[in-house]
Amino acid sequence: MGGGGEADFMIHGVIKYHLFGQELWLTTTTVGLVIVTIVLLILAFAANRAIKRATDVPGTFQNIVELGVEMLEKMSGGILGKEAGRFANYIGTLFLFILFCNVSGLFGLRTVTADFGVTFLLGLVTFGIVQYQGIKNHGAGHFTGLFKPIPVLFPINLIGEFANPISISLRLFANMLSGVIIMGLWYGMMPILVKIGIPSVLHAYCDVFSGCIQTYVFCMLTMVYVNDKL
Amino acid sequence: MNISGQDFIYGCSAIGAGLAMIAGIGPGVGQGIAAGHGASAVGRNPGAKSDITSTMLLGQAVAETTGLYGLVVAIILMFVKPFG
Repeated sequence: MGGGGEADFMIHGVIKYHLFGQELWLTTTTVGLVIVTIVLLILAFAANRAIKRATDVPGTFQNIVELGVEMLEKMSGGILGKEAGRFANYIGTLFLFILFCNVSGLFGLRTVTADFGVTFLLGLVTFGIVQYQGIKNHGAGHFTGLFKPIPVLFPINLIGEFANPISISLRLFANMLSGVIIMGLWYGMMPILVKIGIPSVLHAYCDVFSGCIQTYVFCMLTMVYVNDKL
Repeated sequence: MNISGQDFIYGCSAIGAGLAMIAGIGPGVGQGIAAGHGASAVGRNPGAKSDITSTMLLGQAVAETTGLYGLVVAIILMFVKPFG
């Protein structure tokens, strides 16, 4: 190992605090989350201003915002059909949030979604929406549906229901974590000469390409699960 | 050389992590098949390229899940050290 040194891809604590007698930490993930949220808020305010002062011949920023909204409507309309309007807001928020979290590795933060605490929460929100829609649209049939086609299959149906949030969150987490580990190994273990230039290819694959694909997949799967219960 | 019980457990954990990554074979074959069929579908009907691409990516991502479970098991064995 020419470069030597230690590979570093773990989550680090930043500030320690005590709550109800427990020792808790604000981690690098929390810092990344706050930065991503601030950036998204600034973008949202700027987009709101641009749309309020919309002109017939759109400027650059207004054009980008309209393009994004059109793509969102096309994406959600392709799966949810005429119900798309009710869920497009949530899907758009989710898409932007996960996209910015995935790409945050490019800007020197530790990739926010490479923390199972973040992705599992996103999966739980999806689970909650799916269950709420199931109970709202099918009533008691949502629970008796678990005993179909024959009652013996009840445990398998139950596992299938609870596996959704776990698989959807593990997929995002493991993809981003593998990128973080590869980048950490490369920066930590390689000699200094190959740390110039070559990592840009790895960043392009692990952060940008993989991040965009996984964002798309998470949103599509959320819509597919919701569509099953409509 | 003296090998303590702790070292033995760490070594076996590393072997187990390597064995868990055999799970990577399945998704590789599966995603390759999906990509091949996607390519032939685009060749037959170039107009439907965007639909075919999005369907292929979604299917590949779902097929990737089993390999990612293997990766998670390997990472837990290597870095979380549940048996040490």
